[in-house]
Amino acid sequence: MEKAPLLEMKNIKKDFFGNQVLSDINLTLHEGEVVGLVGENGAGKSTLMKILFGADVIRETGGYGGDILINSKKVDFQSPFDAIAAGIGMVHQEFSLIPGFSATENILLNREDKRTSVLSKIVSDRMDILDRNKMDDNAQEAIQKMGVNIDRNMKINNMPVGHRQFTEIARELSKEQLKLLILDEPTAVLTEKEAEALLESIRGMSKRGIAVIFITHRLNEILAVCDKVVTMRDGYVVNESPAKDTSVKEITQWMVGRSVSAAAAPKEQDDRVRSDKTILSVRKLWVDMPGETVRNVDLDVKEGEILGIGGLAGQGKLGIPNGIMGLYQAGGEVEFGGESIALNNPRKCLDEGFAFVSEDRRGVGLLLDESLEWNVSFPAMQIQNKYLKTYLGGLIKWRDDATIKEVTDRYIDELKIKCRDSKQKAKELSGGNQQKVCLAKAFALEPKLLFVSEPTRGIDVGAKALVLEALKKFNREKKVTIVMVSSELEELRQTCDRIAIVSGGKVAGILPAAESSEKFGELMLKNC
Amino acid sequence: MSEQTQSITIKERVQNFIEDFGLPRLIITGFLILLLIIAPFVGADLPTQISNIINRFSWNGILVLAMVPMVHSGCGLNFGLPLGIISGLLGATLSIELGFTGPFSFVMAALLATPFALVFGSVYGWLLNKIKGGEMMIATYVGFSSVSLMCMMWLLLPYHSPNMVWGMAGKGLRTTISLEGYYTQALANILQINIGNLSIPTGAILFFAILAFAMWAFLHTKTGTAMTAVGSNPDFARSAGINVDRIRLISVVMSTWLAAIGILVYEQGFGFVQLYMAPFYMALPAVSAILIGGATVNKATITNVIVGTILFQGIVTMTPTVMNNMIHLDMSEVIRIVVSNGMILYALTRKTEGTK
Amino acid sequence: MKKTSIRDLVTRFSVPLMFVLICAVCAPISGLSPTYLINEIVTRMGRNAFLILSLLIPIMAGMGLNFSMTLGAMAGEIGLILVCDWQIVGIPGMILAMIISVPISALLGLFCGKVLNMAKGREMITSYIISFFINGIYQLVVLYMMGPIIPIKHGSIKLPRGYGIRNTVSLLSMRQKLDNLIPLNIAGIKIPVATFIVVFILCIVIVRFRKTKLGQDMRAVGQDMEVARDAGIDVERTRIISMILSTVFAGIGMIIYLQNMGNIATYSSHSQIGMFCIAALLVGGASVDKASIGNVFLGIILFHTMFIVAPKAGTVITGDSMIGEYFRVFVSYAVITVALIMYETGKRRAKSREGQMLAQQQEVSDED
Repeated sequence: MEKAPLLEMKNIKKDFFGNQVLSDINLTLHEGEVVGLVGENGAGKSTLMKILFGADVIRETGGYGGDILINSKKVDFQSPFDAIAAGIGMVHQEFSLIPGFSATENILLNREDKRTSVLSKIVSDRMDILDRNKMDDNAQEAIQKMGVNIDRNMKINNMPVGHRQFTEIARELSKEQLKLLILDEPTAVLTEKEAEALLESIRGMSKRGIAVIFITHRLNEILAVCDKVVTMRDGYVVNESPAKDTSVKEITQWMVGRSVSAAAAPKEQDDRVRSDKTILSVRKLWVDMPGETVRNVDLDVKEGEILGIGGLAGQGKLGIPNGIMGLYQAGGEVEFGGESIALNNPRKCLDEGFAFVSEDRRGVGLLLDESLEWNVSFPAMQIQNKYLKTYLGGLIKWRDDATIKEVTDRYIDELKIKCRDSKQKAKELSGGNQQKVCLAKAFALEPKLLFVSEPTRGIDVGAKALVLEALKKFNREKKVTIVMVSSELEELRQTCDRIAIVSGGKVAGILPAAESSEKFGELMLKNC
Repeated sequence: MSEQTQSITIKERVQNFIEDFGLPRLIITGFLILLLIIAPFVGADLPTQISNIINRFSWNGILVLAMVPMVHSGCGLNFGLPLGIISGLLGATLSIELGFTGPFSFVMAALLATPFALVFGSVYGWLLNKIKGGEMMIATYVGFSSVSLMCMMWLLLPYHSPNMVWGMAGKGLRTTISLEGYYTQALANILQINIGNLSIPTGAILFFAILAFAMWAFLHTKTGTAMTAVGSNPDFARSAGINVDRIRLISVVMSTWLAAIGILVYEQGFGFVQLYMAPFYMALPAVSAILIGGATVNKATITNVIVGTILFQGIVTMTPTVMNNMIHLDMSEVIRIVVSNGMILYALTRKTEGTK
Repeated sequence: MKKTSIRDLVTRFSVPLMFVLICAVCAPISGLSPTYLINEIVTRMGRNAFLILSLLIPIMAGMGLNFSMTLGAMAGEIGLILVCDWQIVGIPGMILAMIISVPISALLGLFCGKVLNMAKGREMITSYIISFFINGIYQLVVLYMMGPIIPIKHGSIKLPRGYGIRNTVSLLSMRQKLDNLIPLNIAGIKIPVATFIVVFILCIVIVRFRKTKLGQDMRAVGQDMEVARDAGIDVERTRIISMILSTVFAGIGMIIYLQNMGNIATYSSHSQIGMFCIAALLVGGASVDKASIGNVFLGIILFHTMFIVAPKAGTVITGDSMIGEYFRVFVSYAVITVALIMYETGKRRAKSREGQMLAQQQEVSDED
């Protein structure tokens, strides 16, 4: 007789401010079952896990629809602590460890074994004395349960990255009530050997009756360890199959496969003069951008084209424009129109006629506390001495506020930026309008080459279309070469001429935009 | 119905106003106005009081103005003001030592102070660029260290002018040096207006106005715009090709130089040069003045400087007289300490300090 | 690998080493006898140790150097002033003063902790300004409210005008009562045994405290607030507790300090105490984020040796006694400045080193 499932998620729905990100998700999990959860970035995996783990962000954005049942009992977690109490453990991509503490201390953080003392009876139980021996034993037990040996006395900041990951897993395993463990891309930071050990450890957990949800882009690992593969796309579960009945190729197709009409969405005809001239050539580029490391990238950009750069999150696609523009430490050779460009110097790039719209809109892209006028005009003023009046033979360069207003108003008009007036502060605009301001800022530079990074991230559908349209128009009318980085393949295919896919910090391949989704999907997972 | 909405909007408007202006600022303004109203009733002479405020404004205005560049470039409040003051003191003592007299000694003091301010400011700015994020605390202690180092120097440097050194030993500078015969009231006497008990040091105010205008103008130039942008969002500025460290350095040098000039102007009003530990706590009144004027840790305008200096000096000069006349109790020192430091605390703990 | 560790060691102990050097040069020049010197250091050890130990807990909780320890000092002074007025003498007077100071310290610590929680990331400058702010309140209380509101009977401590406390309050009735409670004299060196016992008890308390749950929580909060919060530790409360403890200890420490001095400089005793204590701790090799009991004692020995010999040596060298006075003030400030700079640059260096390592790895992988 089959036991009642450990976890049931029924008709889970979630929207962020009207933007549907999850629709009718059903997921069932039995004791000791290992489920692989796959899908492109933005498919809804993390949101689903956040709902399951009771993350604050879900409640703050209006909660979710549908029911979660644990052992056939409906639950409604008010915070991650509730989820933990119910036996759910989660290992996040970012480490949540205290650097100066030993593995033992981290494994048992805030769950230390204690002995009461006289003082603790009088004052409070926070005056209990830690029982180091017992802590060591418990930590050792958890480490043994995991099956991967790590030094429990080593401090986290002396550990290799892989061991930090294992410390996190051991911490979850040390919780006695643990019934379900969520592993969010745990193997991304592991060496091959360590990853192998982790898979073995997952098998061990499963034997002990702990259910595991395993999220990864490495499909081979899924096939090696999971009982069931659940594929998500665009907020839906598109497929659920036993792992033994499927293959990497099949899963890839489910992940990227789109309905026939969308896949065939014809790129509108244009009569641009295509040039075969390489305007930007990148050789052996490496970029030290945390989380988006780039290694050994070779890339050629043709004059007048829109080149797309796609790939999964964390694979390095964002590192390419950020590295070339000098915002992160980079090395290698970059030539523009036959001339070598010095790296690590934003000024040089801007002088050469590059412009960059950063993916970090609020952090790098905008002066949130200043007016739109300042935001739009600033780089052009500083780099090209535009919007300045000079006095005393150039000794005094006076900001020409009238011209700035004129220019800003023109862009507000052209890009349909919704704002009170050009004096409004950038932080008061919506995400989509802020993005348009970022574009205006780049357009005002009248660049020869424009890098746009995640131009549609976090903005609504209407603004998305406008932004993409503006980019196409800019490319067409001003004959500006554009390199566009985006996580959304569909968007790239609609906008770009060619698309380079970055995987594992390298360019996995370049395909024409009209190529089938499956081909792109294969490239995306090539070096993961 | 419409009346109700009207009243709500007025209420909201008042609330917004309080939020924008800040409750502490509102209380301080109210307090000063109250003092001004009470003053005549308790027998204090209002014109004298007002000319006192104006005078003290003219002494202190430039020291407060010195806060502006560093706030703009994101270096925070310049608790290291004493460093600039020391440059000014070096200029002052050198000018006297070299035998310049009368108002001309002021010009020479300013000229002699400038190279010191530039050198000290550059070193200080270079240091602050190394420790981004911890500027204010380190600035405080750089100020303290330099003051205590100079305490030794005032004793050791070979000054000889009999007007400055200890009479007995014939060496080592005195703690207080009278500027009689040098540049006392050098600026204040220019075009001074006297109407009854009301006297206005026009020259000193004009001098402040010129520097304030220059600062305002600078902030409207290309470099000034870059400075504001660096303070507003250094990452944005860097991505726009700005050399953030250079801009910050410029702001620190400007601030140091203004402090040097500021102390000279202070001295010409006060009539004495104060050495040794005197510059020690000079940063705090300037810092709280600009904050009272409405500045925050990373935004400041010339208006903040003017309003803040008037409010701060107003309280400092009015409370002793009014309180003394009223209840024969001089609590001005306590009030000054609580108000000025309370204001700094308020600014430091505001959560919405920019969106960095 | 070994080489860098030696260099790290030298940089870590550069401040104590520098002080050993200063003391080694100045001590012979000063011409002070070793007995005198040792006597002075032992006295100062008893006088200051408790105060400096009170700085350790906020450092553990990641709140940096507690410049607002002066709050506790003020509470201690208020306790002593009141006890003086009530004419309770000797050890009972001291104990009563401590009992009075504790709730005041706790309240001030609570205020301080709350304010610092609103100013995360700039705790030190904020705690520094708090000390000024509360100093204003202290003056309000002691100068104006003592007399009319808080009854003060004895004319000897009251200002002639009838309210407020005199600039100096004599503690003759308590002077060194604790120090001399258990008299001990070894080779002409007077040892304040009872005071050392009290200090020793505090050391034990601190050592024990580190082993408690609360101590562990504090260390966790000090290293990474977000991780601690995710693990369910109440970060804000923990930080406030650390400030309260520090302030209360500082209050008791101040009473021990003043019983040794024998009088209270009502309006200035506390103002410099924070600076000297912090400087001494840093001289002992502590940093903004790391300090041990060993640092406290090493710091007292080195800092106070310098403090004693510098003016004398200065007089001998330059013939001017003020030079040495200024020199030691300068050194105190300079030490704090250097420590703060090292702390901030250290933070940045740790970051850039990580970047360099990554770059190197990539260079290697490029060559593959």
